[in-house]
Amino acid sequence: MRMSKIVRFGADVLFGAIVIFGLYVIMHGHLTPGGGFQGGAVVATGAALVIVAYSYEEVIGMIKKTILMAQESAGLVMFAGVALIAIGLGTTFFFNFLANSGSLFGMTVPFGPNPGELNTGGVLPLMNIAVGIEVWGGLAIVILYMLSGIGKTKEA
Amino acid sequence: MIPGYITTNAPALLIAVPLLGAFLSPLIGKISRDARALWVLAVMTLTALIGYFVAFLVYTEGTLLYVFGATNATLAVPPDSGGIPIRIIFTLDAMSALMVTIAVTVGFAVILYSLTSDARRSGLEAYYTIFLLMIGAILGMVSTGDLFNFFVFLEISSLASAGLVAYKVEKGRAVEAGLKYLLVSTIGGIFFLFAIGILYGQYNALNMAMLADMIQWTPLDKLALVLVVAALAAKCGAVPMHFWTPDAYSMAPSAVTAMLVVASQASLYGLFRICFTLYGITLNYVTIGWVIIILGILSMIIGVTMAIPQKDIKRLMAYHAVSQTGYMLLGVGVGLAVLGDQALLNSYGMTAMEGGIFHIFNHAMYKGLLFLTAGAIIYQVGTSDLNRMGGLGHRMKWTMIFFIIGALAIAGIPPFNGFASKFLIYESVFAFSPLLSIIAMVVSILTLASFVKVFHSVFMGPPLPGNEQVREAPRTMLIGMTILAAIVIISGIFPEFFVQNLITPAAHALTDQAGYISAVLGGA
Repeated sequence: MRMSKIVRFGADVLFGAIVIFGLYVIMHGHLTPGGGFQGGAVVATGAALVIVAYSYEEVIGMIKKTILMAQESAGLVMFAGVALIAIGLGTTFFFNFLANSGSLFGMTVPFGPNPGELNTGGVLPLMNIAVGIEVWGGLAIVILYMLSGIGKTKEA
Repeated sequence: MIPGYITTNAPALLIAVPLLGAFLSPLIGKISRDARALWVLAVMTLTALIGYFVAFLVYTEGTLLYVFGATNATLAVPPDSGGIPIRIIFTLDAMSALMVTIAVTVGFAVILYSLTSDARRSGLEAYYTIFLLMIGAILGMVSTGDLFNFFVFLEISSLASAGLVAYKVEKGRAVEAGLKYLLVSTIGGIFFLFAIGILYGQYNALNMAMLADMIQWTPLDKLALVLVVAALAAKCGAVPMHFWTPDAYSMAPSAVTAMLVVASQASLYGLFRICFTLYGITLNYVTIGWVIIILGILSMIIGVTMAIPQKDIKRLMAYHAVSQTGYMLLGVGVGLAVLGDQALLNSYGMTAMEGGIFHIFNHAMYKGLLFLTAGAIIYQVGTSDLNRMGGLGHRMKWTMIFFIIGALAIAGIPPFNGFASKFLIYESVFAFSPLLSIIAMVVSILTLASFVKVFHSVFMGPPLPGNEQVREAPRTMLIGMTILAAIVIISGIFPEFFVQNLITPAAHALTDQAGYISAVLGGA
C-alpha cells in the first residue's frame, strides 16, 4: 500500500538528508559522539522511511536484498581484514598502524581547543566505516524482513 | 618449521580465523553450495590446527599472553601506563588450553557432521556464518583475560546460539526455544555486566589479573560474585536455572546441540575462572564451595529424574546433560570448599577438581557423540519420538555402536572415559562427605537405567512399521561420530595419560592464582 503523494514526496526529500547525516556520523565517529554502528543505524532508518511511504513491492524493486547482504559481509570482512593487516606488518592484531604515520588518517591530533581534525585516528575511522557499511546492510535487511508483511495485511 | 609470526600471533588467529571465515562464507556461498561446504570445513580445520598449536604451546611453555593492539604481543603492562594493563589481553593458561582443545575437537567433528546432516535445509548462508561465529565466541570466552571482553564473547555466543536454536523453526516451536534461550542468556548477560560495573567502579580495572591482585571481599564484591554465579550457572544449565536446556537442546539441529554443550561448558569455565582466579582465597570458600556443590547435587538429581519419563530422545539427553553438569559442579565445588586448607586440598581437593575438570572434557566428547547419534537417527527416521522408533539396530549398525559407546560412557561404565572421571569424583568426594558420593553413584545408576530404556526402544526388537527401509547414516556424519567415539575410548583406556598431561596442569592452573597474576603483571 502506498501513502499519499505528500508523504511520498516528504520521504523522498528526507531520504537524502537521512543518508547524508548517517554518513556524517560514520565519518566523524572518531571525533564526535556516534560512530559506525550509530551512523549505519541512521542510514538504515532511511530504508524504513521509504518502506513506510511506498509499498513493500516497490521498495524491493529499489533496494536489492543480495546487495545489502553482500554489504553486511563486506563490512565485517573489512573490519577483520584491517585488524589482520597489522599482523602482516609485524605487530599485533588490531594494532593501529596508521596513527601518526602521516598517510591516510595519519595526522597527529592537534593540541588544545580545535574544531576537530578529520584526518586523524589511524585505523579507527576505517573500522568505523567498516562497521557502518555492515550495520547499514544488516539493519536494512532486518527492517525489510520485519516490514515485509505490512502491505499484505492491509489489503486483506 | 612454523613461522615466528604465527607462533606469536596464534592466540589472535584462534579468534580471527573463525570470525573471518564466518564473514566470508556468505560471499563464498554465492559461488556454489559445495564451495561453501569446502570453505567452512577448511576454516574449521585451520581453526582446529591453531587451537591444538596454542594448547601445545601453553602445555609446553606455560601461560601464553596476547596483548591486542600493542606493538609487542607480550607487552602486557606498557612502561608509560603506570603499571596498569590497559589493553585487552588474552591470557591462556592450562585450563584455557584444555577448553580450547575441547572446543576445537568437538567443533571439527560437528562441522564435519553438519555438512551432510543440514545440507537439505534452506538458509544455509546464515547457518554456517552463525555456527563459525559461535565457535569463535566460545574460543574467545575461554581465552580472554579481560572481564569485559569475556562479557562480549558471552553475548556473541548467546546470540549466535539462540539464532541456531531457532534455525529449524518447526512451526514456531524452535523459535520459542530460541527465544527462551535468548531471554535467559540476556538476563544472565545483564547480571554479568552489572557485576563487571560493580568491580570496575571499585577497582578501576577490567583485567582479571589486575582485579585478582586488588580484590578485597567488600560487600559490593560479594554482590558481584552472587550476580556472576547466578548468571553463569543459568548459562551452563544448572538447576534451578535449567529450564531452557530441554527446549534449546531438543529443538536445535543436532550438530548445534553438541556445540551448545561446549558453549555451556565455556560458561562453566567462566564460573570457575572467576571463583578461583578472580576471587581466589579472598572469598568465603567454604560457603561458596557449598553453594556450588548444592547447585551440582540439585542438577544431578533433578536432571536425571526429569530425564527418565521423557519420550523425546533429545529432550531426554538434554536432561542428562543437566545431570552431568552437576558432576562437574560437584567435583570443582569440593575443590573450592577446601581451597584455603592446603592439607585437605592435597589429600582430596585437587583430585576432586581433576575429576570435575576431566568430566568437562569427557562430557563434551560423549555427550556430543550421543547428540550426534540422536541426530543421525532423527535424520533417517524423521521423528524424535522414542515410541515411533524401534528395531533400528538392524539397519543402523554403526549408529548403534556409537550410541552404546556414548551411553556406557555417560553411565560411568569402564572402560569408557565417563568411568575414569566419575571414579575420581566418587573417591575424592567420599573423603569430603560420603553422602554426596553416594548420591553421585545413585545418579549414575539412574543414568544407566535411563539409557538402557532408550537403547531398547530405539534399537532392539523388530523394525516398527514404516522403519523397514531406514538406512545407515551418510558417511561424513559417521566420520564426525567416529572422531568423538575414538576419543571416548582412548581417554577411557588411558585415563592416566590424559589426567597427567592435560587435566592436572589445568587443575593446578585454576588454584594457582598468584601464577596467573604474575603472568600478566610481571613478577609483582
